[in-house]
Amino acid sequence: MLDADFFRRWMTATAASVDREADRLTALDSAIGDADHGSNMQRGFAAVRTTLADEAPDTPGAVLMLSGRQLISTVGGASGPLYGTLLRRTGKALGEAAEVGEEQLAEALRAGVQGVMKLGGAALGDKTMVDALLPAVEALGSGFGAAREAAEKGAKDTVPLLARKGRASYLGERSIGHQDPGATSSALLIAALAETAEG
Amino acid sequence: MKMLINVPETVVADALRGMAAAHPDLAVDVENRVIVRRDAPVAGQVALVSGGGSGHEPLHGGFVGPGMLSAACPGEVFTSPVPDQMVRAAAAVDSGAGVLFVVKNYTGDVLNFDMAAELAEDEGVQVAKVLVNDDVAVTDSLFTAGRRGTGATLFVEKLAGAAAAEGRPLEQVESIARRVNENSRSFGVALSAVTTPAKGSPTFDLPEGELELGIGIHGEPGRERRPMMTSGEIADFAVNAILEDMSPHNPVLVLVNGMGATPLLELYGFNAEVQRVLAERGVAVVRTLVGNYVTSLDMAGASVTLCQVDEEMLRLWDAPVRTPALRWGM
Repeated sequence: MLDADFFRRWMTATAASVDREADRLTALDSAIGDADHGSNMQRGFAAVRTTLADEAPDTPGAVLMLSGRQLISTVGGASGPLYGTLLRRTGKALGEAAEVGEEQLAEALRAGVQGVMKLGGAALGDKTMVDALLPAVEALGSGFGAAREAAEKGAKDTVPLLARKGRASYLGERSIGHQDPGATSSALLIAALAETAEG
Repeated sequence: MKMLINVPETVVADALRGMAAAHPDLAVDVENRVIVRRDAPVAGQVALVSGGGSGHEPLHGGFVGPGMLSAACPGEVFTSPVPDQMVRAAAAVDSGAGVLFVVKNYTGDVLNFDMAAELAEDEGVQVAKVLVNDDVAVTDSLFTAGRRGTGATLFVEKLAGAAAAEGRPLEQVESIARRVNENSRSFGVALSAVTTPAKGSPTFDLPEGELELGIGIHGEPGRERRPMMTSGEIADFAVNAILEDMSPHNPVLVLVNGMGATPLLELYGFNAEVQRVLAERGVAVVRTLVGNYVTSLDMAGASVTLCQVDEEMLRLWDAPVRTPALRWGM
């Protein structure tokens, strides 16, 4: 069973991973966006880390709801509302249970990803975070490791795609040949989940 | 790249402190990143709130004051502000007559202003929103995030701000803002890429001897790259791109806007070419504004915005305004 501490460690691991990969995220974003995805995600997850330490929410749902709210308040851009909605919807779906099972998490994360798709209007193949998140949710039934692999593959598979949403879409054909920064940070989030589960 | 900054992390806060010192008419909340005209809320008047990523100065903070915006919310460089900022701004400027959010059409701005509108309405503020999407370089609107909001933002904020100053109700101010946007079109070109403080090097590679056509204002590359053209050739290309999309039957306001690193000498020369093309195409010009208004940090280049106006819209353009960047008649 997964408790509040597990979810706090997941968020902390994501913050550390975003710190390590910030330059890569920004480099990907400068190819087809505006070169700030790394610093924005870094600022957001640093704030998440601080607020989780200060407020110490005591259920899995509360950890994710608070993290999502903090991302909305600190990240800005499209990533703030989208990642904020992902975590808030997932947290909301987990309810007030003190511990949740892996299946319950998979279901909740599916609700979170659906929230992202509704808010951003993106579908699979539009070269967005959805391309990493949706395959990860599908694979979560086979374990955390499978979810990580699916997310990483999903992010890599955005390279040949034509962007249809967000700032990269203005490039038209020229968005082809670059990995999507949002899909890449989504893969980091899922990898941090797997890392936390593996201890 | 050398920059006149302390550290990248504090560029926005440093600029806000400087704005506060330079413009005592503005109340600048550096911590919460909200710029408000000091006499707000103004009784009986609709308030206008806008915002967006920093790096486009004087947009939006430089347009706060009587006759234009009531408040502006600056985000991080090229990153939309967060909902908390807009909610705070709306609460500070609402006189009870309601608030109009002026939102440039970028995914981030739209999502954050949508969230803010919901939260502000929960707090009892009546909110209307207008989306600015004037950039004709984005042609395939169905399969992209849609046309970007660029130079027309200045026209929307000026004309809707003048309508609000006349004491018109929210639905009329909103309707004028929409009319301005629907009658405005822009096209921009870049002669150099932009360097953000966080990255410190150009965001895309634009070789000497080439220019980028159809750029936005966030350092994102445009749709097409060509060998460098003359000012006259660029004016032909930009104005024709606009006129392919809109055939003005009324006279137009012209904004020849610098992207940040192009000298006024070049901008005025470019304006001469823009006016030549408009005359050749039989488009009547009633007012022209030349300068750096909707910029993209240190990008070299320019954009052209045309806004076709009827008598009422022209009267609203000529109405008094007193902001750091636009000031006449008062």
